Amino acid sequence: MDYFERFAIPHPSPAIYASMVAIGLTVIAIIVGLTYFKKWGYLWREWLTTVDHKRIGIMYLISAILMLFRGGADAIMMRAQMAVPDNKLLDAQHYNEVFTTHGTVMIIFMAMPFIMAFMNYIVPLQIGARDVAFPRLNALSFWLFFMGAMLLNISFVIGGSPDSGWTNYFPLANNEFSPSVGTNYYLFALQISGLGTLITGINMIVTILKMRAPGMTLMKMPMFTWSSFVANVIIVFAFPVLTVALTMGTFDRLLATNFFTTSDGGMDMLWANFFWVWGHPEVYILILPAFGIYSEIISTFSGRNLYGYKSMVGSMVIISFLSFLVWTHHFFTMGQGALTNSIFSITTMAIAIPTGVKIFNWLFTLWKGKIVFTTPMLYSMLFIPTFTIGGVTGVMLGMSAADYQYHNTMFLVAHFHMVIIPGVVFAMLAGLHYYFPKMFGFMLNEKIGKLTAWIIAISTLLAFMPMFFSGLDGQARRMYTYTESTGFGIWNMISFIGAIGFAIGFALIVYNVYYSIRYSPRNIGSDPWDARTLEWATPSPVPYYNFAKVPHVISTEALWDAKYNQHELFPEKYEKIHMPNNSGVPFILGCIFFAWGFSFVFSMWIPAILTTIGIFICMALRSLEKDPGHYVSVEEIKATEKKMRGVQ
Amino acid sequence: MKNRWIKLIGFFTIVTMLTGCDPLLVLDPKGPQAQVQAKDIMLSIGIMSFIVLIVFVILAYMLIKFRASKQSPNYKPPHIKGSIMVEVICVGIPVLIVAYLSIISVESNYKVESPPEKYKNEEPLVVYASTSNWKWHFSYPEEDIETVNYLYIPVGRPIEFKLYSYGPITSFWIPQLGGQKYAMADMVNTLHLAADMPGEYMGRNANFNGKGFAENTFNVTAVQQAEYDNWVKEVKETADMLTEEKFNTLLEPGHVGQSTFNGTHLTFLPPPEGEHGGHQHEKAESKDNKSLQNNH
Ligand code: HEM
Ligand SMILES: [Cu+2]
Ligand SMILES: [Cu+2]
Repeated sequence: MDYFERFAIPHPSPAIYASMVAIGLTVIAIIVGLTYFKKWGYLWREWLTTVDHKRIGIMYLISAILMLFRGGADAIMMRAQMAVPDNKLLDAQHYNEVFTTHGTVMIIFMAMPFIMAFMNYIVPLQIGARDVAFPRLNALSFWLFFMGAMLLNISFVIGGSPDSGWTNYFPLANNEFSPSVGTNYYLFALQISGLGTLITGINMIVTILKMRAPGMTLMKMPMFTWSSFVANVIIVFAFPVLTVALTMGTFDRLLATNFFTTSDGGMDMLWANFFWVWGHPEVYILILPAFGIYSEIISTFSGRNLYGYKSMVGSMVIISFLSFLVWTHHFFTMGQGALTNSIFSITTMAIAIPTGVKIFNWLFTLWKGKIVFTTPMLYSMLFIPTFTIGGVTGVMLGMSAADYQYHNTMFLVAHFHMVIIPGVVFAMLAGLHYYFPKMFGFMLNEKIGKLTAWIIAISTLLAFMPMFFSGLDGQARRMYTYTESTGFGIWNMISFIGAIGFAIGFALIVYNVYYSIRYSPRNIGSDPWDARTLEWATPSPVPYYNFAKVPHVISTEALWDAKYNQHELFPEKYEKIHMPNNSGVPFILGCIFFAWGFSFVFSMWIPAILTTIGIFICMALRSLEKDPGHYVSVEEIKATEKKMRGVQ
Repeated sequence: MKNRWIKLIGFFTIVTMLTGCDPLLVLDPKGPQAQVQAKDIMLSIGIMSFIVLIVFVILAYMLIKFRASKQSPNYKPPHIKGSIMVEVICVGIPVLIVAYLSIISVESNYKVESPPEKYKNEEPLVVYASTSNWKWHFSYPEEDIETVNYLYIPVGRPIEFKLYSYGPITSFWIPQLGGQKYAMADMVNTLHLAADMPGEYMGRNANFNGKGFAENTFNVTAVQQAEYDNWVKEVKETADMLTEEKFNTLLEPGHVGQSTFNGTHLTFLPPPEGEHGGHQHEKAESKDNKSLQNNH
């Protein structure tokens, strides 16, 4: 019995038992459903073994949306607990678990896969490629991310959730102060999915450098591709730091080393340094592709080329460089002295300059344009003012003497939500509405879409603006309760109302998908928005080989040239196309990684060794395998194109 | 539609009015360091509001002026090349603002990192503030007394806090006297504060350190020097001696109320100070604290 006790939840509650039952029932329903409708084969052939970057993109997208709801449920619980003073809804331990999971899920398992979804889906199309450079590795990246996410998500029903914050500061996260296995879950979930991210980083860089269509020089790449490129370069430099930090943390917890302990020579601030050397660039990994999406949308719906293309590219390169020079601003208060703080204060505020350049470029793109307010454009226009508020408060935080007062308070929480939500979440929703027709062949409903955008934007202000005030009034972040006399009640109540607004907004998005599946017209053609870049030159939905003929490019806006400037986009003849074969190995390897992580979480050494061997066997098999891929014949291409476009 | 907006605006005005009577703690400084910070904050709020306003105005202008519904159906937006002039302005103005804020920031850094200028002729009162889950221990080596979870300090005299922790990283924060600083296990940090006027102030640990975090608070009472001396005298006469045993029970995780002792734990459990002025992982050899500065 002892053996099984460690799998029990240390702090069970009715809500957790209810979730357990719900998870169990859902799993059973899925299994029964798949069996009843005989969909196992379809699932395996078309999705689990796919190496098609578009399908992988869609799987990222679905996972991201699921995680958005998971993290959102946590957020509602937190805001409900804080809504009134002395609330008894959650106790301290549950609150700690909830905000830890919320932060981790939202950054690592919601925002990251969301941008990965768009990078995977759009980048190859935008550069006129048929796939990414390493399609199979791409599938592996996805499955590693997915298994990491699942590992974190089972923590609350098996063994207990992590509870030391998404920043997981040691020594708090060490065995002495966090004895439950929750932190092990954190370490392994991030490690496994981080590995996937690093692999994607390499894959995307090679794809962008090597697989662009003829004529597309670096300075003719569309802005989203540029932003993805820069973000992936940041990934390749930043993620190894996370890998090392997580490994050291794992050693401390499982093998009793003393890297981050309070005794025997451990250095407690070492974790904070490692974490933020990765963590600050991480926020730019998220925001730059989002900026890329805004650039595409704003130029499309202003009917204009993007203003200041070169300064857009330049500012991203500068941001990527500076993002590695500012990590210390996350602990100005660690006692590093006035000189160090001054240096990091200046580098931090310097990031505002290239960011400002981008904002002005978007504003000038509107100049003399012909602005159409579609849902994606509405999100983009709501993004500019809200993000500006978040950005300028970042500059305020960057003044290190003043940060002594903001640090660890709700003011900080307000800042980063006011940048991440308009910056990343709005961009993703804008991108979702914008690219939905390309992905699925029909549009989301515009009326519901615009209503949702307004609700979400107003909710953002309601939920986070009050935190600036409560922070300045002395409310620290991560307190599970407060007394009436503090006077924080009113701010937190408004914030709770905002959180409810978010819930309504997200529910409306789901309704919109359902509504549009039922009622949206399907004959929308390949280019419903009158867009400007190559991804819209393919039929919708996109055939698995993307482009029947290789496109030729003369500017940043290939499709625009073809539509309005008499440029011949596809001058070549049909030729047979080489495509990679599907493979089950990435999925299986992902499953083994899941078991590997799970074994380590509970220090089960025999399964840990076996799964490690399993991982190496998979890799060895792959290196011995001969898989030349296959060719799609000209006849097949012609038939497909005819079916999709109704011509040729 | 219009009605809803009026209601919303009305609601916000009421909320701001209500709290207007009761200034936000950080913007209601009661000491020179907090004053520096409040001034920086107000200044940056001013400049930042100006920037936000400019962006709002440009955005509103563009959206109103160039929306499609106002234009003729055959209007074709021209292909625009950038203008150097515009780019220079777009970069130049932010550069000027950031440069200006950088100067202010550096100046303030040195101010908050050193003893307050205003009281530079006063001998600072050294107080060791250490945390164990989830309480605060305040040792007054000069007076040879120790308190738990509350502070008594004289007004008009600089206080030199020496911060460290018996466990996770915590952050010592008294918003009305000045910003926070971390207390860590392997080193001692110095925080210079001072109170200008008598009063009761809220103090807390601001850095998450587990289950008892929300209640990890302490009271600060600032009193005139004479009253402070009385308090010390009273403690010396009435409080129990702090023994090693007693202190060890205090170190165990949990919450305790306020208490007062004769003697300090510094004598039998010296703080993690050393001569290298950074991280030291061996016990201190010298107890001459004044000569030690911590900069890492
Ligand atoms: C104008 C540019 C920005 C500046 C000057 C800036 C400045 C800062 C500073 C100084 C902090 C640390 C505050 C503290 O801990 O007391 C911070 C925290 C943070 N920022 Fe920003 N920021 C900027 C943009 C962004 C963007 C674009 C994102 C995300 C997409 C972001 C996300 C975050 C997050 C997540 C944290 C807090 C992490 C945590 O402690 O949990 N920031 N920012
Ligand atoms: Cu940062
Ligand atoms: Cu230190």
